[in-house]
Amino acid sequence: MKRPPALTQKQLAPELNTLQRRGLIKAGLSLGALGLLTGCDLSTHAGIDAALWAMLRFNDRVQAALFSPTRLAQTYPASAITKPFRFNAYYEEWQVREYDPDNWRLSVSGLVTEKSAWTLQQLAALPQEEQITRHICIEGWSQIGQWRGIPLHAFLRRIGADLRARYVAFKCFDGYSTSLDMASALHPQTILALEFLGKPLADEWGAPLRLRIPTKLGFKSAKNLQSIEVTNTYPGGFWEDQGYDWFSGT
Amino acid sequence: MHWVGAVSILCMILSGWAIYNASPSLPFTFPPQLTLGRWLAAGIAWHISTMWVLFVDGIAYLLYGIFSGHFRRDIRPLGPRAVLRDLTAALRLRLPHQLGHYNAVQRLLYTGVIAVICLAVVTGLSIWKSVQFGWLTDGFGGYPIARGIHLAMMFALLAFLAVHLVLVAVYPRTLLAMILSTPRASESETAP
Repeated sequence: MKRPPALTQKQLAPELNTLQRRGLIKAGLSLGALGLLTGCDLSTHAGIDAALWAMLRFNDRVQAALFSPTRLAQTYPASAITKPFRFNAYYEEWQVREYDPDNWRLSVSGLVTEKSAWTLQQLAALPQEEQITRHICIEGWSQIGQWRGIPLHAFLRRIGADLRARYVAFKCFDGYSTSLDMASALHPQTILALEFLGKPLADEWGAPLRLRIPTKLGFKSAKNLQSIEVTNTYPGGFWEDQGYDWFSGT
Repeated sequence: MHWVGAVSILCMILSGWAIYNASPSLPFTFPPQLTLGRWLAAGIAWHISTMWVLFVDGIAYLLYGIFSGHFRRDIRPLGPRAVLRDLTAALRLRLPHQLGHYNAVQRLLYTGVIAVICLAVVTGLSIWKSVQFGWLTDGFGGYPIARGIHLAMMFALLAFLAVHLVLVAVYPRTLLAMILSTPRASESETAP
C-alpha cells in the first residue's frame, strides 16, 4: 500500500518561497559587501583616489568657512614650554642645512609692489611680536614653544601685497615648500619668526627665518625660508602635493 | 541607518589606526595592512571623508530615536537592579531573546555605545579644530587629553563590537532583523 506523503508540495510552497527570498537577500548582501571591500582595499585605485582628493577639497572649503580671522590660538605661560623641544622635518636632524649669513636673502615676488629682497638686518629692524603657543603636528603629537618675529600681515602690507589674492606661497632652501590661504596669512598670530626660546633661530629650528602659524598644523610652519610669493595660482606644497590636507587648519 | 553607521564607524576606526600609527601614544602600532589608507595622509583623507557619512547618519539616527520614541521606549536604561537581573539570567543562558525587545543589559550597552560614539565625534571635532572650537578643547582639559579620550573611545567601540558580534553570532536571527529593520515585538512572536 502506498502511503500519502507527510507533506505535499502545496504545503511546502510558503516555506520554499521564504527560503528563496532569503537566498536573494543573501546574494544582494554579499554583492554589497564585495563592493565595500574592494572600496576599502583599493586605496590606490584611480577612482577612489579621485574621490578622496575631491573630499579633501570639500573639507578645505568647510575649514575655510569655519576659520575665524580674529579668533586667537590659546597662549601659554613660559613655564608651559615643552622641554626638550622635539625636532621635526621631512629629513633627519643630522641633515639640517646651515644657512650662509653673508648671502642669505628673503626674496618676494608675485602680486606685490615692492619686489626687492630683504636682508636679515632689514627684517630684524621691523616691529616684532612674541607668542607662546601649541604646535600641533598632523601626526597627532603636540608641544608648546616660544617664537618671536614679524607679523606676516604687517610684512605683506609693507611689501604692498595684493591682500585680495588667494594664496601666499613659501619656498625654503632645504627643499621644503608650503602655502597659506590669504585669510590665514593675515591672522594676527601668523608671524615670520626670527627667534625661538628667546634666541635667534638655530639651524635646526629654521634659521634664519621661519613661518610660525598656530592656527594651522605644524607642517605649515615652514622653516629655513627663502622666498615668499603672493599669487592666485594654487601653489600646493611639499606634503600637500603628496596628499596632506591643504588647509590643515586647527 | 544601522548599516551606514556601522560601515562608517568601521572606516573611522581603521583609518584612525593609520593616523595613530604615525605617532603612537601607546607602546604598539596596528598592522598597516589592516588600516584604511596604510599611511598618514591617506588615513586622514579617509578619516575626514567618512566622518561626514557618520555625522549625517548619526544626526538622522539621533533625530529618529528622539522623535519616534525609540530611545524612550526601547533604549532607555532600566536601572541597576534590572541590569543585574537580566545579566544573571543571560550568564545562566536563561534570558530569552525577543526580536524588537531589548533587555536591561542591551539597553545599557546600546545607551553606552551611543554615548561613546557621540563622545568620539565631539572629541574628534575638538582635536581637528582646537583653535576654532578652542572652548570645546578646553572643556576636555586641553588638546592632549582630548586626543587621549578620542583614542579611548575607539577602544570602547572595539570592546562593544566584540560583545555585539558574539551575541549576533549566538542569535543569528537578529541579523535578519538588523538588515531588514526591526519588526515589532508582536510580529516577531508570530513569525516562523
